[in-house]
Amino acid sequence: MSFTVEPGLYGVSQPDAEAPVLVTANYKLSFDHLRRHLHTTAAWIVVLETHGINVWCAAGKGTFGTSELCRQLATAGLDKLVRHRQIIVPQLGAPGVAAHEVRRCSGFRVVYGPVLAKDLPAFLAAGQQATPAMRTKTFPLAERAILIPVELLIAMKWGLLLSVVLFLLGGLARPLSAFWTNAVSRGSWWVLALWSGIVGGAVLTPLLLPVLPGRAFSVKGLAAGAVMALVFAGAQAGLATIPFSWAESAGMLLLIAAIASFLGLEFTGASTYTSLSGVKKEMRLALPAQIGGGLIAVVLLAIGGILR
Amino acid sequence: MSKMIYLPNVATLQLSRETCIGCGTCLTVCPHGVLELADKKARIAVLDACMECGACATNCPVAAITVASGVGCAQAVINTLLRGRPPADSCC
Repeated sequence: MSFTVEPGLYGVSQPDAEAPVLVTANYKLSFDHLRRHLHTTAAWIVVLETHGINVWCAAGKGTFGTSELCRQLATAGLDKLVRHRQIIVPQLGAPGVAAHEVRRCSGFRVVYGPVLAKDLPAFLAAGQQATPAMRTKTFPLAERAILIPVELLIAMKWGLLLSVVLFLLGGLARPLSAFWTNAVSRGSWWVLALWSGIVGGAVLTPLLLPVLPGRAFSVKGLAAGAVMALVFAGAQAGLATIPFSWAESAGMLLLIAAIASFLGLEFTGASTYTSLSGVKKEMRLALPAQIGGGLIAVVLLAIGGILR
Repeated sequence: MSKMIYLPNVATLQLSRETCIGCGTCLTVCPHGVLELADKKARIAVLDACMECGACATNCPVAAITVASGVGCAQAVINTLLRGRPPADSCC
């Protein structure tokens, strides 16, 4: 199944020479989303070749950009199709589009449309005027929650491998003759700790982002990990069939904290307000701590669980 | 929902008020209300709200704004550290 549309000029609801000209990326979701929110408004749509990437990401990379827009406008021959000389570019396309340069190359004046396509009808009805709310990119709960599946998929790539490793490592506790029994009674708890960390960083952190403490995402992830650690400790106290040493318990809780903090940091890539400079600064401190914490956790598990 | 803001005092956004002609385009394109007009020229109102997307710098007709924009995500930085350069499609 293809998620791109052919770049070029489209018309919706039979646009005439006075209809507005809108611009979008050739990611199918972007294109369909725009068409849906236009309802019955007649418009021309210029689709840029962004290789199937959405407007905001492509703008950051430069593919939703000045030169591609100039190229598509020239190909479309818009000056012969519309009497006006304005094109409406989504506001989040601005990182890649220099409005003054588009004017020079095409003769068309860029008007920046609202952040959200759903505000387009109101924007157009008001004579291409945007309210401050239309010009602000928010990050509400629904938008954060919808990112959870992809965050989990990314975590699952190595999460599943680590699960197998931890499960088998748990089997190494003495006596080795009881390898599989140990793997189940001990290793499965180590795996559960791993997944508690993943839930903390990939599920709780997105959901609770504004209420989690700190501004750094690794700190927010750590806090979410602390919540999961409490839940895990409680479950372990109630449901474990074997005793765990202090070292082993500490190892499991540290594992939860390190993984949740790391996945919290990863969430910066899906957020709408983190800066590259801030992420770099955060990583300088957080990444060594998370890697170190994870390694210490594994050592504690080994000392407490295997080498006793 | 509390206002979501990232780390304090890290954004590399800079604006030259001498060069600025007060066209207001930077205000229009900023998705986080970082800039404002004062005395017919633009200035930075909330530096910490800046995500370094580069929209303002790209659209300033007199190049009064500079910002170090780039792929603002931890995974892309990690990829660059591991492979020495950002991969062609740095999306994860």
